[in-house]
Amino acid sequence: MESSSPLMVFLAEKAPVFLQAPWAFVRLTRPGWCELIARLDTTPAWALLALWAEPKDVHAALYDEESGAFALVALACPEGSFPSFSGARPGAVRFERAIQDLVGLRAEGLEDQRPWLDHGQFPVRHPLAASPEDQPPVPRAATDYAFLPTQSNVVLHQIPVGPVHAGIIEPGHFRFHANGETVVRLEARLGYVHKGVEKLFEGKTPAEGARLACRISGDSAVAHAVAFARSVESAVGVEAPPRAHALRGIMAEVERIANHLGDVGAIGNDAAFAFLLAVCGVERERTLEVAGACFGHRLMMDTVVPGGVTVDLAPESIERLRAWAARLSHEAPRLESLYDSTSSLLERTMTTGVVSAALVHRFAAGGYVGRASARGFDARTAAPYPPYTDLDVTVPVFSEGDVDARMRVRLREIPASLNLITALLDSLPEGPTGVPLPTRAGEGVALVEGFRGEILTWTRLGADGRIKRCHPRDPSGLQWPLLEAAIEGNIVADFPLCNKSFNGSYSGHDL
Amino acid sequence: MTLFSLALDVAHVGLTVAVAPLLTGWVRWVKARLTLRRGPSPFQPYRDLRRLLRKDIVLADSVSWVFIATPFVLFAIMALAACLVPTFTPSLALAPTSDLITLVALLGLARFMLALAGMDAGTSFGGLGSSREMLIATLAEPAMLMVVFSVALMAHTTALPNVALFVLAHPPVFHISLVLALSALVLVALAENARIPIDNPTTHLELTMVHEAMILEYTGPHLALIEAAAMIKLTLYVALIACLFAPWGMATDLSDARVVALGIGTYLGKLAVAGTALAVFETGIAKMRVFRYPEFLGTALLMGLLAIVFLYVNQVVS
Repeated sequence: MESSSPLMVFLAEKAPVFLQAPWAFVRLTRPGWCELIARLDTTPAWALLALWAEPKDVHAALYDEESGAFALVALACPEGSFPSFSGARPGAVRFERAIQDLVGLRAEGLEDQRPWLDHGQFPVRHPLAASPEDQPPVPRAATDYAFLPTQSNVVLHQIPVGPVHAGIIEPGHFRFHANGETVVRLEARLGYVHKGVEKLFEGKTPAEGARLACRISGDSAVAHAVAFARSVESAVGVEAPPRAHALRGIMAEVERIANHLGDVGAIGNDAAFAFLLAVCGVERERTLEVAGACFGHRLMMDTVVPGGVTVDLAPESIERLRAWAARLSHEAPRLESLYDSTSSLLERTMTTGVVSAALVHRFAAGGYVGRASARGFDARTAAPYPPYTDLDVTVPVFSEGDVDARMRVRLREIPASLNLITALLDSLPEGPTGVPLPTRAGEGVALVEGFRGEILTWTRLGADGRIKRCHPRDPSGLQWPLLEAAIEGNIVADFPLCNKSFNGSYSGHDL
Repeated sequence: MTLFSLALDVAHVGLTVAVAPLLTGWVRWVKARLTLRRGPSPFQPYRDLRRLLRKDIVLADSVSWVFIATPFVLFAIMALAACLVPTFTPSLALAPTSDLITLVALLGLARFMLALAGMDAGTSFGGLGSSREMLIATLAEPAMLMVVFSVALMAHTTALPNVALFVLAHPPVFHISLVLALSALVLVALAENARIPIDNPTTHLELTMVHEAMILEYTGPHLALIEAAAMIKLTLYVALIACLFAPWGMATDLSDARVVALGIGTYLGKLAVAGTALAVFETGIAKMRVFRYPEFLGTALLMGLLAIVFLYVNQVVS
């Protein structure tokens, strides 16, 4: 497919292409890799979706925004280093810093050589290297980190925030350079919730891996599990049965709705408009209750496994879901009109935390961050996977790029997801909910739209059917850097509002 | 000063101090109900204060005597201010020694101390809070003084009991200056008491705080004193508004126990009404951007000015 795509043409010239729709796998030579970087520099339409490494290989996921082609390129690094993407794609900086920390492959030409996930507390130097036990750690104080300096002819003051925050949220450090109330620069330092997810995947069976995938970022339990399951299914060449696809779709949309409801309320609450949090809290609770009653777990953890799903919908559960969807379809427009009629809240959200469309495209940020800034990418339409292949997915896109636009994307996605759920319930296929997985080696990748944006999961299975390496790239990986751009020139007091409108996952990012 | 009037004054201050946590608890309770929550009992602030009083004090290494003195100074100032604002009776022993301007100065002193204490520990949040507090102060104090002047011009006095007696003696008539001055004072009161839309008393977001940012480093009994002082301040402002614009029900004849009981009853009723109104207002509005504070308090200043202008226009025309 898309053989006429410039990206495909470029790659086909370099090396043989192995197709696994919609992905093209290409193993590049070092000159080919360098040519790709040079070409990326002049081709803004080619987005870098992810960058990760195995002990001897580095992989990159690319997407041609114009022709819609997806490609996975790999490069063998026998010398333990690879040419850096960071000059062409700024989104690569943190990926490469993470690779240097975890795998120990060096990114040549990466300007920012500071450690990223390694805070000097690892028991070994490079935990994902071929033989990490041979590499003793280089311990240092966790606070030993050089934040970027500022140059100014006025006196700027620094405000350190976190990693421990006053609210019940995940840990991350934010360093502000401020001129009075105006933010001159924000720099985030993440990695506090690094728990070695990629290491933990090693040697697990696909079923065990699914349990871990659910826990990468608890709010995206379904989305991460579906992404993992689809990557395994693609590696071994099986497809889940239609009923499993439909159930996965229903759960993914329920999860999206529950999280959007939480975010809409939380954004209101950060502007001290607690009433929105209250009404959203009621709807979110009803949603989670329905999820718990129908799928056995409020966050629907451990419901999706490679090959299918572990749950099925009884007729009374279907009715319960229908009743919930009908009620929420009535309530969702009222939430939007409550938001619209609260001018004091709009006053806070509009023009606050603007991210330009150019920047969003440069970082290939997806989800509500992308869709609020005119990048309409949605994995459900860009790389359709069942059950969305047969559904009409509405993707709301705004161009203002501010907190308000990110709020509105969420508000619009709630009814859109409700329509999808209703359509899926109406045409729920009969049949089995799972197929057995063959034991075989393979490499697979999947792109799945979670509530934050697209999750890209890549899995390599060994001949024993166990996971050799799995890299889940949470959408936050490409969204976090943009938060730093969003707050620039805004006031310090508006940061919580901007941050909540991004709602990046710390756990999903730190892995 | 008779023994009776002294006892009355003690009772008067005691009542304000004692009822202050209940007012704060009441506002929180009504807000909880309005946001679909059951909410803690209105008496919860008493329990919170008791808990804080029993805790140990943790001091930052970098603090000076200012930090330690501020909670006591703050509480003392608020208790003193409580002696000056008539609540259920205009007959106050200390009232002749002071007037509205003294009250403004006392509250200004409290603010000054708190802003110093906020910066004392040297944390960035404290500094941020103090800086914002001073921004609010520079805008709120002129507006407050405008209100004082307009009231003084109307009642021909700046002494609070006399203002109350003046308003009591003149049956409630719609007067544009009165309405404007009242509106200005309400806006100032919202800003001074760190309420929405200027500040959010319930937020956990350090970067958005004003009052809370200044007291982040306080612990135990110190924090209890500061919290209590803030609660008294809120009660004082309600009492002040009631005294200036709605003194009806105040006990002028202290020899009649029923009149005194009625005075106390209406005072508590006024607190409940004001607390409910505050909760309703705060539920329906978001906090404003920091750089909008000047507009909000500028409006208060303008209304205070207009109150005075209309007063003169009225005199000239009639």
